[in-house]
Amino acid sequence: MEFAELIKTPRVDGVVLRRPFQPTVEGTLCLTGHHLILSSRQDNTEELWLLHANIDCIEKRFVGTLGTIIVKCKDLRVIQLDIPGMEECLNIASSIEALSTLDSVSLMYPFFYRPMFEVIEDGWNSFLPEDSFKDLESMTDEWRLSDVNQDYCVCASYPPLVAVPKDVDDDTLRKAAAFRHAGRFPVLSYYHKKNGMVMMRSGQPLTGTNGRRCKEDEKLINATLRAGKRGYIIDTRTIAVAQQAKARGGGFESEANYPQWRRIHKAIERSSVLQESLIKLVEACNDQSHNMDRWLSKLEASNWQTHVKEILTTACLAAQCIDREGASVLVHGTEGTDSTLQVTSLAQIILDPTCRTIRGFQALVEREWLQAGHPFQQRCVQSAYGNGSSVKVRCEAPVFLLFLDCVWQILRQFPCSFQFSEHFLVLLFEHAYASQFGTFLGNSAAERAKLKLSQKTVSLWSWVNRPQEAQRLSNPLYEANSLVIWPSVAPQSLLLWEGVFLRWNRSSRCLDEAYEEMVHIIEYNKELQNKVNSLRRQLAELETDDPLQHTE
Amino acid sequence: MEHILTPKVEEVQLLDRYTAKKPAIGTLYLTATHLIFVETSCNTRKETWIIHHHIATVEKLPLTGTGYPLNISCKNFHVVHFVIPSERYCQDVYHSLLRLSQPAKLEDLFAFLYNPKQDEDDRRNGWGFIDSAMDFKRMGLPNEFWELTDLNKNYELCSTYHSELGIPKTARKDTVLGSAKFRSRGRLPTLSYYHKESNGAICRCSQPLSGISARCLEDEEMLQAISRANPNSTFMYVVDTRPKLNAMANRAAGKGYENADNYSNIRFQFVGIENIHVMRNSLQKLLEVCAMKSPTMSDYLTGLENSGWLRHIKAVMDAGVFLAKAVADEKASVLVHCSDGWDRTAQVCSLASILLDNFYRTIKGLMVLIEKEWISMGHKFTQRCGHVDGDPKEVSPVFTQFLECVWNLMEQYPCGFEYNEKYLLEIHNHVYSCQFGNFIGNCQREREEMRLKEKTFSVWPFLWENRQQYINPLYKCSLGREVLRPSTLPLNFKFWCGMYNHFDKGMQPKQSILDHLLTIIQKRVEGEKKMTDFQRKLAVMDGVLADECTLKSRPPEQTLMPPVSVAHTSKNMQIKEETIIQLAPTAGSKQI
Repeated sequence: MEFAELIKTPRVDGVVLRRPFQPTVEGTLCLTGHHLILSSRQDNTEELWLLHANIDCIEKRFVGTLGTIIVKCKDLRVIQLDIPGMEECLNIASSIEALSTLDSVSLMYPFFYRPMFEVIEDGWNSFLPEDSFKDLESMTDEWRLSDVNQDYCVCASYPPLVAVPKDVDDDTLRKAAAFRHAGRFPVLSYYHKKNGMVMMRSGQPLTGTNGRRCKEDEKLINATLRAGKRGYIIDTRTIAVAQQAKARGGGFESEANYPQWRRIHKAIERSSVLQESLIKLVEACNDQSHNMDRWLSKLEASNWQTHVKEILTTACLAAQCIDREGASVLVHGTEGTDSTLQVTSLAQIILDPTCRTIRGFQALVEREWLQAGHPFQQRCVQSAYGNGSSVKVRCEAPVFLLFLDCVWQILRQFPCSFQFSEHFLVLLFEHAYASQFGTFLGNSAAERAKLKLSQKTVSLWSWVNRPQEAQRLSNPLYEANSLVIWPSVAPQSLLLWEGVFLRWNRSSRCLDEAYEEMVHIIEYNKELQNKVNSLRRQLAELETDDPLQHTE
Repeated sequence: MEHILTPKVEEVQLLDRYTAKKPAIGTLYLTATHLIFVETSCNTRKETWIIHHHIATVEKLPLTGTGYPLNISCKNFHVVHFVIPSERYCQDVYHSLLRLSQPAKLEDLFAFLYNPKQDEDDRRNGWGFIDSAMDFKRMGLPNEFWELTDLNKNYELCSTYHSELGIPKTARKDTVLGSAKFRSRGRLPTLSYYHKESNGAICRCSQPLSGISARCLEDEEMLQAISRANPNSTFMYVVDTRPKLNAMANRAAGKGYENADNYSNIRFQFVGIENIHVMRNSLQKLLEVCAMKSPTMSDYLTGLENSGWLRHIKAVMDAGVFLAKAVADEKASVLVHCSDGWDRTAQVCSLASILLDNFYRTIKGLMVLIEKEWISMGHKFTQRCGHVDGDPKEVSPVFTQFLECVWNLMEQYPCGFEYNEKYLLEIHNHVYSCQFGNFIGNCQREREEMRLKEKTFSVWPFLWENRQQYINPLYKCSLGREVLRPSTLPLNFKFWCGMYNHFDKGMQPKQSILDHLLTIIQKRVEGEKKMTDFQRKLAVMDGVLADECTLKSRPPEQTLMPPVSVAHTSKNMQIKEETIIQLAPTAGSKQI
């Protein structure tokens, strides 16, 4: 297919762009295969480059022959384009609609994007499972890397290599996989160096209504327990929801069959509920006509902050079991690709200082989200403005955004313990939904391999790990902190993530200025201390070189 | 002291407010001024000090398995739950605290006992540290439009006002006297803030005694005089900060609001801030939300909404913004009142002043503002804070709301204020602590009668001495006289966890950016000192500077160091960066 077929009017002059808190710009609107561009010819600084993939939905309005297109983006921004001429406006609108909802992944921008920067380190090779296993091997010999899933046959959403207990053979894994939702048998998620406890994740066991059991599954997870030790199974669903799952062939581990494990149920909502929540929240944030009561009641009714609290509470619980109780943990919900990953990745942020570094966080996203089979493509196909009218089965959900929100909450409570700043989290949010990089394309390692993303697209990590970018994303307040950090989950301690939800609804001038000032203070002090040290050295050298001079 | 029945109780438990964590065990002491709990169950000596006057309520609860619970809630929102082993001791402590927290007489307040080791001169000078009358001079008074009058020097015109009042130059004496008679409690229209740039003025007063139809020519003349004192506008605003319904109800009692037909060129406006009783109840509900044990997010947000607290904060802020915009953008003058003009009016006028004038965003400026708009204009601190045993219906968190509005502004303008959150919290503490004389008494006349300036200390020099802690490291005074135009969309108002849950450290961020930056500022001062010192030594070695004795004779800090006191602006940081670069060549000294 040629993009040109979809672009009926590639160019319109005299288009006016209106954005809140920014000056109105008049210029020429151009549509390319992947971008909507508005350029004011007098001044090149006022250019808008918008990826079609970033467009969540558009609305058209007409007053006489003046058409208006309201563009609502996945990064939550809303812009308005006034287009003279009814026909031009209709053409532009239909082109945008077609280009922003392309079905084929291989037509997405990452396949056409050529980097304008020198790739120093290919991000596709930065975080290979083999490498992270080497780290594990240096700490323990109780685990092995299994290639049972080499051809993605045992589990379609797992990577080819997974870490499993050394004493469990591939045959057992295959049988356990048959007993778990979508073949997601329990695999290692995190090894806690301090006490050797582990966190595993999986899909729900397929016990069904008649309480099926699977010896191999029991063997597999028991193999992770030290002699005489008990473990915890954290089911991210309420007991009622888990019960209902039995009717559809799912279920949970019965205490009789897993006597060494204690099961705890938490209440993280399913993805469809999360999507509703996002839509309501963003609607509340964008409606400026609210009075205080209406705002608070809409914020409450959106339940977004409730989800944040639930997820963080569950992650704290998992971390607590491991660090405080000295117990191993298995986490699962239904599929094990959403709430499970939120919990396992947040628990690692709490427990492991490496995950709070820029590279460590990338590794975590790679390991616990991309490799672990979070269906990014499906979840991020629409954002807060997509009402999913045309879609058959709704599968979009802000699961990853909620995870980032939770990380932001911890970052806010421990502002000096993260090597990266809020900017990094916002950047990941943006790129998960629309990007020139291939990192978040596809739903699993298998799909990514099939799309040959590593050959055909550039990795986001290639860009992020360039020194200048890493510098921009780094947190000036960072002081490495090797401790476990326990966030507060009291409602008073959890705030609305303004950096994402209020980003376009207010002027950021004063906040940006404050951030720059903070950086300035810290940088100046560093310079000063360096200068003092070098002067001290000079002085010391002079004094030892020429003791006479001193007494002169 | 006679009220202390049992000065010391051992084996007292201090419970965690929210969780069933193991309680701390220790000894409870009662002194003349404080309640002190010293933890004995831990290795490090942990102490909790509560000043008696901070105690708002003491509550005895029914016997539990471990003893007799005693719950104490403080005016600074500190909440402690003790369990006392014996009933008699519990009873004793309870009764003592009731008497000690709210004495019957003002003379029994801590301020009259408090005696830091300072001599009489220091004390007297301390009271002169902030002079609100000086602020009129700063605004440019007297000028061709405004002057200061001593018509109230014996508090005959208005007993609750300060003795020096700013009035329009064209207002005749009988106009002033007549207007005072027509205003509730004689609180005539008087200048609160004069905005040099626009000639717009903010004036304040109490409600007129207009009833259903009464009018007063002098009062009308007075408003006309205020309006004419501003050549830039043909009209002036009269803002009644009450909800319209309340104002109308007052008419039946012979009070009310201005009839726009009787006054020429006024634009009358209600802004709908609720009265002290609504505010008191709202705070009560807010504190109930704060006290909930493991609430869900829904419980919390619903509770926050139902308390109405943020709605009231927004109402005050909206009114302040309205005033500031009228003055700065429309160049109009504004006359503000509520009923008596000492609660809502004080909130709104002081907030507008902060928006309009950068001076009030400095450490000293806020002192001046509080002194001027609150203390000298008769905000009834004794009653609103419940310093002594009195009518609980007079207690209301009016001043706390003002501080919260300032905090909200600080959140929106992180570089706009010289002071930080700690400063607001410390002021709030001292408003209630009664350790200093400033916030005792309901008006200036009462304070003079009590001879507070002879018997107590002023809080301002004390805060000034500790100003290092209160500095906002991000402050940029380069913002200058920029008028602040905050957004008052509901989503910009946050719950002030630092105030209402200040003592629940678990809820605060575990690392504080503010503390981190304050430490850096401290290090910077030391670093700069060291650098100059090293450079001087190197220069001596190089022979650039002749000898060290001449250097010593100079006052070293003054000439070589910038003042330590105020936050360095980025501008002077720039200059210092240049000095680094300039002095860098000394590195070559070794080659000589």
